[in-house]
Amino acid sequence: MSDVTLPGLLDTEAIRKDFPILDRTVHDGHKLVYLDNAATSQKPRQVLDAMSDYNERHNANVHRGVHVLAEEATALYEGARDKVAGFINAPSRDEVVFTKNASESLNLVANMLGWADEPYKVEHDTEIVITEMEHHSNIVPWQLLSQRTGAKLKWFGLTDDGRLDLSAVDEVITEKTKVVSFTLVSNIMGTINPVDAIVRRAQEVGALVVVDASQAAPHMVLDVQAIQADFVAFTGHKMCGPTGIGVLWGRQELLDDLPPFLGGGEMIETVTMHASTYAPAPHKFEAGTPPIAQAVGLGAAVDYLSAIGMDRIQEHEHALTAYAVSKLSQIPDLRFIGPTTAEDRGAAISFTLGDIHPHDVGQVLDEQGIAVRVGHHCARPVCLRYGIPATTRASFYLYSTPAEVDALAEGVEHVRNFFA
Amino acid sequence: MKLDSMYQEVILDHYKNPHGKGLREGDAEVHHVNPTCGDEITLRVRYDGETISDVSYEGQGCSISQASASVLNELLVGKELGQARTIQETFLELMQSRGQLEPDEAMEDVLEDAVAFAGVSKYPARVKCALLSWMAWKDATAQALGEDSVKERTA
Ligand SMILES: Cc1ncc(COP(=O)(O)O)c(C=O)c1O
Repeated sequence: MSDVTLPGLLDTEAIRKDFPILDRTVHDGHKLVYLDNAATSQKPRQVLDAMSDYNERHNANVHRGVHVLAEEATALYEGARDKVAGFINAPSRDEVVFTKNASESLNLVANMLGWADEPYKVEHDTEIVITEMEHHSNIVPWQLLSQRTGAKLKWFGLTDDGRLDLSAVDEVITEKTKVVSFTLVSNIMGTINPVDAIVRRAQEVGALVVVDASQAAPHMVLDVQAIQADFVAFTGHKMCGPTGIGVLWGRQELLDDLPPFLGGGEMIETVTMHASTYAPAPHKFEAGTPPIAQAVGLGAAVDYLSAIGMDRIQEHEHALTAYAVSKLSQIPDLRFIGPTTAEDRGAAISFTLGDIHPHDVGQVLDEQGIAVRVGHHCARPVCLRYGIPATTRASFYLYSTPAEVDALAEGVEHVRNFFA
Repeated sequence: MKLDSMYQEVILDHYKNPHGKGLREGDAEVHHVNPTCGDEITLRVRYDGETISDVSYEGQGCSISQASASVLNELLVGKELGQARTIQETFLELMQSRGQLEPDEAMEDVLEDAVAFAGVSKYPARVKCALLSWMAWKDATAQALGEDSVKERTA
């Protein structure tokens, strides 16, 4: 294995001790090389412990009951909200809505806007703007809203090198635009998008800005005030947290003004047979028993990441990505889908390899213990844009090492020989 | 190495030198996709009475799905519908066996080169790739000759 050291790397030897799964071997003794972090990250012991401690000692339903366990469970659940609010620099903890994942967060916003009154209402003769590099979770909810309201769905296209084509920003975002929703970091190409340019134009025309931060929150400092979005969505399982928990951050006045989507317990103030009034945000948007243990797990994940430092994690991944880009670009027939340098790019790298189908690439890599993702990565329009059926994607995280990049590069060479 | 059980020489040969690839005239055409991985196939069948006179196809996909279409063409063209159904059902049985089924001689006689796909059945994610063209053939045949022509025979 390589003993490459790069400036900016974290002490992965120490970090990896927190992730029991990384010690696993697969396929008769191959050391696991987990490079599918953009799909989901592994969970450190601290998160697993926080969740089992919750289940073993504090489990109860939240916001109801006066017994000890109910109070402890509520404190832990609401404590997780405080932690998440701090993590994203939210002005208020009440702006953090827990959902089950980023998809639900994005659907929630789309539905709030569909049922909203003026001036937010998305309706016939208004426009919704997204981009061609969105995850299906940030396309389909807007298609549904567009079909149901008659609003027009528009999008920014892509340049050949995997960036947003913002050359016609003033024509895409217009006075009719009610909402602009885009990803901060592309899950398929790794592209980091220029938030400022889009937000500036959206603000000019009074459109709301929704940012899908699913691939940003795990990897970089995310400051919801600095990016000046109106809503920010992300998902717990990609940032060392468990599955089943997501976040929608929204500006307070919007959460106050916009209508609820799901109705049920927890989200009401009073109920009669004729009508109900609603609890203030965030509870207004959290109908039913929430994913309590999962929220506690996300709180622990946020603590874990913060203790290491998001700026340090970003630096680590940037160094690895630069190294990976330079190693992979030496492989004949390898074509990057997305930026070909490490500039303004996150730690997900997609590529094609000659005529070899990504499925075959992934299978042969798997046999060597290397876990990558193959397919369209829930961003099929990107594959269509670049005229390919699918890509192979390797994605790194805070525990990834240069040796794993070497293993990937060697693995890809092996794939070429296998199908030669 | 276990992988060799999936990527049999026969499969790689069919992948590199596919039989009967390209679209030709047919009685019915279908387009099938495997949404999880984006494999796609357009397939046409041509019948002369109950005899399969051609299966032509064009597609995009991994070695397993491409090789499987090639094997299908090699096996089915020239066969009577009844025989073809037996082959299709036997192949389906093999692919759904999760690697538990050791093909016997009778099965080898029916499946010929398609027996090489036995190893693929151990990989749940790839079974759909292997079945893509076979499902497309079944669908196209139903369109060309009517639903009853390809109904599962239940014992
Ligand atoms: C950019 C982006 N948006 C949204 C999602 C959806 O996340 P989830 O499946 O957890 O809802 C993902 C991950 O799959 C993603 O990468």
